[in-house]
Amino acid sequence: MPIAHKDVTWVEEPEFGFWEATFLPAIAAGLRTTIDHITLNRPVTQQYPEVKPELPLHYRGVHRLNRDEQGRVKCVACMLCATACPANCIAIEAAPAPPEWPDRDKFPATFVLDELRCIYCGMCEEACPVDAIELTHIYDLTATSREEMLFDREKLLEVYDETKNDPKDPVRTGRGRLGPASEFGTLPAVGPATAVEDKDRSADASSPGVIGKAPPDRYGV
Amino acid sequence: MSELIQTLVTIGITMGAILGGCMYLILVERKISARMQDRIGPNRVGPWGLLQPVADAVKIFLKEDPSPAHVDKFLYRVAPMISVFTTLLAFAVVPFGPVGQAPSFMRFIIAPHIDVGIVFIFAITSLAVYGVILGGWASNNKYSMLGSLRASAQVVSYEIPLGMSVLGVALLAGTLNLEQILAQQAEGGIWKWNFWYQPLACLIFFTSAMAESNRLPFDLPECEQELVGGYHTEYGGLRFVMFFLGEYVHVVTVSFLISILFFGGWYFPWIATVDSAYPGEWLVKIGVLLSKVGAVIIFMMLIRWTIPRFRFDQLMGLAWKVLIPLSMANVVIVMTVLQFGWNRWWLLAASIGLFLMAGVMGVNAKRAEIRRRPRASRPAAWTT
Repeated sequence: MPIAHKDVTWVEEPEFGFWEATFLPAIAAGLRTTIDHITLNRPVTQQYPEVKPELPLHYRGVHRLNRDEQGRVKCVACMLCATACPANCIAIEAAPAPPEWPDRDKFPATFVLDELRCIYCGMCEEACPVDAIELTHIYDLTATSREEMLFDREKLLEVYDETKNDPKDPVRTGRGRLGPASEFGTLPAVGPATAVEDKDRSADASSPGVIGKAPPDRYGV
Repeated sequence: MSELIQTLVTIGITMGAILGGCMYLILVERKISARMQDRIGPNRVGPWGLLQPVADAVKIFLKEDPSPAHVDKFLYRVAPMISVFTTLLAFAVVPFGPVGQAPSFMRFIIAPHIDVGIVFIFAITSLAVYGVILGGWASNNKYSMLGSLRASAQVVSYEIPLGMSVLGVALLAGTLNLEQILAQQAEGGIWKWNFWYQPLACLIFFTSAMAESNRLPFDLPECEQELVGGYHTEYGGLRFVMFFLGEYVHVVTVSFLISILFFGGWYFPWIATVDSAYPGEWLVKIGVLLSKVGAVIIFMMLIRWTIPRFRFDQLMGLAWKVLIPLSMANVVIVMTVLQFGWNRWWLLAASIGLFLMAGVMGVNAKRAEIRRRPRASRPAAWTT
């Protein structure tokens, strides 16, 4: 739709007058601003080591591996997080779950996350079908060697134990059961997320996500 | 012999005071700029960060002194020394107290009775640009060289209005000797301060002095967005600090000059006059002078964080199209008034008149430029 004429504001260059040519009023106004800041000093500085910052709830810090209600690791070693990870910092070795864990096929024999490679994008958390990996509010992570920054399964579970009762790091899904993705019996049949009507342009698409008619067959196939 | 000892003591005291003063001026500047930007500033080392300069100095002296492989080693090392040496040397003829009343072990000026004082200062401080040029050239780096080219163009351009604006004061005083210029203002009282007769020259001098010492808004030679670090891109540690110190000492010298040339030096009505005779009066006079200098420096810092940086062509335009013609006209007016023996207060009126004229001409030139500017025509349909 073209922009309506009434929505267009035509901006003219402001008139350049005598006082603008002498610079002085502009300099005086600027000086007033800076002097105001000096005299009415309201610093926004946080005295960091003494005063910790108040982070937003969605802050993405160090990872943790959640436990279920029996204290077992929730992860089912599906590799979705390692696949989603753009920094390629998650290494999982899957093993068949012990027979006394009937609710899953696999579990992570090793789960190593390189906190130095991680870019803290949170895509592992989004990818996880059973809500096993989550990012916490821990931001001040230090170590004396690179090896110490490779967090294995036990270390990540420790982070969970440390942070699970912190109000800033609630376990984001109901504790206990695995997430909905593990409930194979109730999974909905695979289908489009939204119904497409016949008259919609996308109904003619050659493939999902393309709008418009399928292009004429260029290769004569 | 006693003369020599006197001189050495004076040099020692002056250098110590300037270098220590510069360190604390840097702290003051950091604090002021922090407050302007709603921050706190250095507050970790000592109470209110008062020991920060000491910590900085220790850090700088302990720093490694690397020099890149691709530089001209000799010039690379000499350049910062030239920069700091020339600016410190310029201070030799600046009286920093009531010259006649110094205690016996020192003087209030390192080199007294130099009749070409002002010329000496300008000659020496303009040598400082050699440090910048050589530093940029020896660094063998495009950014450094562009920075040093800019610096040389800028300093050479602003030398002219700087010298011309002082010429008026020198003509009025009839001497180039800073001690005598100061003494004349002190004897005449507050209404003999050159500021009242040469306000325009004072403004021009202040502006060109800021440009000379590469302070914002004229710090094009080290403009970070375009030139990384400018001429000192390749410098680090103590060598960078020498450049930095050179600029800061320049600021101090220029502030002394402004206080002495235009604001009566150590003179202040009632508390520090020629006739005042009470114990420790020389201390008060030094205090008066230093507070004037401090006020000028603080004002420079305020300006620094208030005005954004000029574009390079604007900078050159300001020097060649505005400041140089104005300072020339100012000198002509001073000569006319002196020649015909008119009342000196006419100079104040003439200065204001010149300033207004410059404003009118500036606005006309700008409007003409706006008229000539190619512009999109407004579509007829959009006029409603």
